[in-house]
Amino acid sequence: MHGLHLGGSGVDIEMRDDAVAVRGLPRDRRRAPLTDPPGTQTGRVAVTPGRYRASAMPADPSRPLVEARALCKRFGTFTAVDGIDVTVERGEAFGFLGPNGAGKSSTMRMIGAVSHRSGGELRVLGLDPDRDGPAIRGRLGVVPQDDTLDLELTVDENLQVYGRYFGLPRSVIRRRTDELLDFVQLTDRRADKVEPLSGGMKRRLTIARALVNEPELLLLDEPTTGLDPQARHVLWDRLYRLKQSGVTLVLTTHYMDEAEQLCDRLVVMDQARIKAEGSPRELIARYSTREVVELRFRSGEHEVAVDKLAGLVERNEVLPDRLLLYADDGDALVAAVHDLGVVPDQVVVRRSTLEDVFLHLTGRTLVD
Amino acid sequence: MATASAPIAARRARGAADLVFPPPARRVFEGLLIAYRRTWMGTIVSSFLTPVLFLLAMGVGLGRLVDRGQAAQRLGDVSYLGFIAPGLLAATVMQVAAQESMWPIMAGIKWLKTFHAMIATPVSPFDVVMAHVWFLAVRAASVATVFLAIITVFGAVVSPWAVVAVPVAVLTALAFACPIMAFAATRESDQGFAALSRFVIQPLFLFSGSFFPISQLPAWLRPVAWVTPLWHGVEVARGATLGHPRPLAWALHVAVLLAYAGVGLFVARLTFERRLIT
Repeated sequence: MHGLHLGGSGVDIEMRDDAVAVRGLPRDRRRAPLTDPPGTQTGRVAVTPGRYRASAMPADPSRPLVEARALCKRFGTFTAVDGIDVTVERGEAFGFLGPNGAGKSSTMRMIGAVSHRSGGELRVLGLDPDRDGPAIRGRLGVVPQDDTLDLELTVDENLQVYGRYFGLPRSVIRRRTDELLDFVQLTDRRADKVEPLSGGMKRRLTIARALVNEPELLLLDEPTTGLDPQARHVLWDRLYRLKQSGVTLVLTTHYMDEAEQLCDRLVVMDQARIKAEGSPRELIARYSTREVVELRFRSGEHEVAVDKLAGLVERNEVLPDRLLLYADDGDALVAAVHDLGVVPDQVVVRRSTLEDVFLHLTGRTLVD
Repeated sequence: MATASAPIAARRARGAADLVFPPPARRVFEGLLIAYRRTWMGTIVSSFLTPVLFLLAMGVGLGRLVDRGQAAQRLGDVSYLGFIAPGLLAATVMQVAAQESMWPIMAGIKWLKTFHAMIATPVSPFDVVMAHVWFLAVRAASVATVFLAIITVFGAVVSPWAVVAVPVAVLTALAFACPIMAFAATRESDQGFAALSRFVIQPLFLFSGSFFPISQLPAWLRPVAWVTPLWHGVEVARGATLGHPRPLAWALHVAVLLAYAGVGLFVARLTFERRLIT
């Protein structure tokens, strides 16, 4: 198992092997976030047997971090998640790609052990979230869709308070706060209140907060939704570094570029089900062509052109504002379009993306 | 581990302490204190200034008129100031507890969603409840202590029994805080809170024996006062500051307050779990 050590410069993240610490006799208390200072533990265990049991769980490095089989979530008669199978291996960046309402967040909440499943099997870090919720949560980092920061507190007070929720000693939190604020580039704002920070800064602080317990698994729900492009790129860069350092990431997104950039493997979710699974490249190869020709027409000419061009390729998608034609050779296809006497207002030849995969699988675009 | 050889009694004591104040709840409580450091100034006004003004206007101002009439007998041979001071103490603590159990809970659940951040860690919804219970206990104890000092200066305290008023004030606070927290966790907006303040807390403030004995109420209203927690808190606080200890009656009053707090705590556990763990 690889713990994360964020070096002082924020760049030299190194991999650590903390497996020893998990099995007991913690080397330092990094990997035992549920462990109190010596001598304070037994009483608690005696009072609430089972509640903190998993601090003694042996970690099997070969076992997937998340295993879901036929996982369901129902709210009354509404089915949010309808029998999905998911396996997340240690060290990978795994994504749930889908539009709003696809069931991504419900799935994340079940994995985060803050929502009970309605059916199926779920193991997180080898444990059952219904039984070992606190133990699982002690080893997770969660970046929720809303930042949920304490706006009244300063930047470093937020980390201080949150680190205490894991029972970490103050000195350890202080040390990690220095490293983490450096990592998310907020060192110069550490004494400031959170309220006036920009959306991107709040998000980065939320990520720092989620790392304070050195989690084995980082859950990110829509990590860049609502951020401007520049802030998104800063965030992607930080997440990419985390991934490089060996942290297992599970994220949800409805941005195909985010999924392509960050995910080693992903599932495409729509209407509570998984439609496809694979690496971004595999999915594009399987469900799309190499290239896509996007055509826009002057008003009124759209329908006419669609009729003329429909037979030209095996697959096309008619969107309200443009026509997508799928082909392995885009330039050749553009030539064929001109040969038919159709003059589009705008022609773009591009590579296929996950957006095209999603369109193929569901007949709809990801972001309306 | 060192704990393996710890004396059994010490371990039991720690076990009991963990039951009434679980370690994760203590950590949430720490966070609440850090946040309170930033807002305590604002709470001083509502906690002290308003009740002290009441004390001046009614206890001293109105009290002169009351004491000149034949009221003293009915009040139990005390000055009006001496009569209402402990009543105001209990009523003030009730108001603080009620306010702090409404909007801050809604903020944690819905507006800032800080409770959701808490339960993403080993902290459970019940830990969140317990942290607030302890926070309110400390708030109530400090308000009651300072208030007691103030009314002592006014000359409204005649007996060392008065110290009993502090723990009773804490109990009164919890008798309101626990059920109100349980209620707040079921709300989608703060609309119900204004109604609760106006139609429950405010009438209780006026009619639970703080300003006049409930024997002055119409007979059909008196049972209402008996079942509301504030009257029980006022009775003990008044007996304490005036130096009339009545163990049996006090035990009964305390039992009622404990029942409100206990049932409220139990329901709050359910409503917090239902709201936060979906």
